[in-house]
Amino acid sequence: MMIINQLKLLIDIFGSGCVIFTPMHEKLVDLLARFRESEGNLITLLQDTQGAFGYVPKEAVYWYAKELDVPASRFFGIATFYAQFHLKPRGKHIVTACCGTACHVRGAERLVNAVKRELKLEEDQDTTEDLQFTVEKLACLGTCSLAPVVIVNGKMLGKTTTDIITKEIRSIKKSPKKDE
Amino acid sequence: MSEISIRVCMGPGGIASGGGEVLSAFENLLKQSNISAEVKDRCSTHKVGCLGMCSKDVLVDIFINGNKTTYQKVNAGMVQRIVDEHLVQGMPVAEWLSDEEYDNFYKKQIKVVLSDCGVVDPESLESYLAHGGYEATKKALKAMSPVEVTEEMTKSGLRGRGGAGFPTGVKWETCRKVPSSQKYIICNADEGDPGAFMDRAVLEGNPHSVIEGMIIGAYAIGADKGYVYVRAEYPLAVERLTQAIKEATAKGFLGKSIMGTDFNFTIKLKLGAGAFVCGEETALIASIEGQRGMPRPKPPFPVFSGLWGKPTVINNVETLANIPYILTKGADWYASFGTEKSKGTKVFALTGKVKNTGLIEVPMGISLREIIYDIGGGIEGGKGLKAVQTGGPSGGCIPASMLDINVDYESLAKVGSIVGSGGMIVLDEDNCMVNIAKYFLAFTQLESCGKCVPCRIGTKRLLEILERITKGQGREGDLELLEGLSKDIKSASLCGLGQTAPNPVLSTLNYFRDEYEAHIRDKKCPAKVCKDLLTYSILEDVCTGCGACKRACPSGAIKGEKKKPHKLDSSLCVKCGACFDVCKFKSVAKE
Repeated sequence: MMIINQLKLLIDIFGSGCVIFTPMHEKLVDLLARFRESEGNLITLLQDTQGAFGYVPKEAVYWYAKELDVPASRFFGIATFYAQFHLKPRGKHIVTACCGTACHVRGAERLVNAVKRELKLEEDQDTTEDLQFTVEKLACLGTCSLAPVVIVNGKMLGKTTTDIITKEIRSIKKSPKKDE
Repeated sequence: MSEISIRVCMGPGGIASGGGEVLSAFENLLKQSNISAEVKDRCSTHKVGCLGMCSKDVLVDIFINGNKTTYQKVNAGMVQRIVDEHLVQGMPVAEWLSDEEYDNFYKKQIKVVLSDCGVVDPESLESYLAHGGYEATKKALKAMSPVEVTEEMTKSGLRGRGGAGFPTGVKWETCRKVPSSQKYIICNADEGDPGAFMDRAVLEGNPHSVIEGMIIGAYAIGADKGYVYVRAEYPLAVERLTQAIKEATAKGFLGKSIMGTDFNFTIKLKLGAGAFVCGEETALIASIEGQRGMPRPKPPFPVFSGLWGKPTVINNVETLANIPYILTKGADWYASFGTEKSKGTKVFALTGKVKNTGLIEVPMGISLREIIYDIGGGIEGGKGLKAVQTGGPSGGCIPASMLDINVDYESLAKVGSIVGSGGMIVLDEDNCMVNIAKYFLAFTQLESCGKCVPCRIGTKRLLEILERITKGQGREGDLELLEGLSKDIKSASLCGLGQTAPNPVLSTLNYFRDEYEAHIRDKKCPAKVCKDLLTYSILEDVCTGCGACKRACPSGAIKGEKKKPHKLDSSLCVKCGACFDVCKFKSVAKE
């Protein structure tokens, strides 16, 4: 944590020229160039940033703020307003439970509870400590005929039961972590 | 030699049910045998918006010399036999063919918006053109004046399908008359109502119809720029729309001097970032401008001052997709469907505890009974119907006793619900109405943008009261408090979100007051849904002692020896229901 704070300080002091920051910095320069080219707005810039990093790093926002001369609060205002943006890193495996009306009446809540139980997550926690899993809810995926629906790493599981979903999670847990 | 065409349904339902495997199974088999068959999806080469009856997916249509045969619930293992018997020997596999339910599902439907969905290939402009695509645009641009187009719309009686039901012709007419050198048309594809997915089906199944609707609308009001504001949660819709815009531009249907006239029009795509309130017109405009999507007071209405302060018309996807059909077939034809004040057809997403789920398009004014029992095939698992929820978080519940009500704007408003964007969720006796009200309130409370006090704080307080009722801590006077607070929120909120947020509470209170009272006075949930009001126990005479519940219990509340009846210590029980879920012998009781 200390190091990150120092990094932030360095970025604040030296702006974009910070050497320690190179890998992220390169990406940010690229994203900003694309943003200027496409005449986008702050929302699209944040969307692209999240696309590149999987979340919106605070460091990126501070850097943009400086480059564009737009207060960082404007960015954070947008990032916290829209549900799509995440300000914290997310887990390697994403479990998205649809909690639309059709899924709700067919017991989506029970599925979420089962997943959280399996991953030993507290009620207000959505990412496991080891950053392996993130559990999130979504309003409606528009596949109500398959309710309740859970998406695990992009794979849609229709007519899910607590049994199906716990098995799925256990199999991911067991699978060798080859890409690490 | 006969011509064979195989179309596999690859809508969201089709894909999730294994449509991809079915398609590749057909492709592989046909490569091996020498049948000259054209293997394609229901709409063409790959994925396509569904045909409607998702509960029978994967659906496969086989055309032999134009004669259609439909198979239902197909999986990859069934493909070999279909190819051998049907394609080679010409004998359809009788037991897998679509049944009576499938026919009944379509019998009472009239398809306008969805008529080409699942027929044309959404990824091919050629296919759309072959089915009469862009004829309406040609007619409007070459043979009609903007005034005539607007008049035709007014005559058709088409009303906004996004929820509010404002007459489309009137909206266009008003905007057309506003003098301005720059105007915009926006397609609202931010389909946010949980339980509604018709816009997704149209965008994925027939994107060109929406583009055509936008071109015609732009011509009528005098706009040269258009935006489609689409949810990021619909990646396939975004992909199809992007391609459709590209193809239409290449063919000269978008861009400069469209079809040789002096009319110019371009369309840009804007991705939503996940905010329900952005379905509201002024919030949507703020979001396109790159700001927090917060609504502003109306007037001025967007038709006078919208995107970047310019006159702007915002139409919903389904509304726009209707327009080409109205223009080619005539306003009188469209107005012949429906009722006096609610003309035409409406797409509903029929879901919940009904047998046949899927997308249906019916004439306005059809009875709710016909929808649930004739089209929907009745309630699943022989349970009793309790209510039908329409209009999503802005709507209300219609009790089973009012099943003969006509489904149109006026009739639904009379009983405290709305047509809304067309979500129709069937609830049976296992659904708790207080829980349903709480569910919707939790949704609107979370999505409240926080700009105005009645909505921001009011919905929070409403939700707190509902939460304490479902936790068994309800008090006398809570119901009156709910009613009073609801009325205040409705009359004082800034935008449609707050003005309609209390509707689910008011309508369930109106028709299911006894359920609320049971929660408050008896501390019981009659439908056995509200977790805190339930107690779990193990029926010792049924328990086989398999130990599944003991292993599943997260709090160690279940004890017992192997092969002997187990016991549940209710003082340790956290009421998670894990034991109930895992028990294969129904020996866990909840009450």
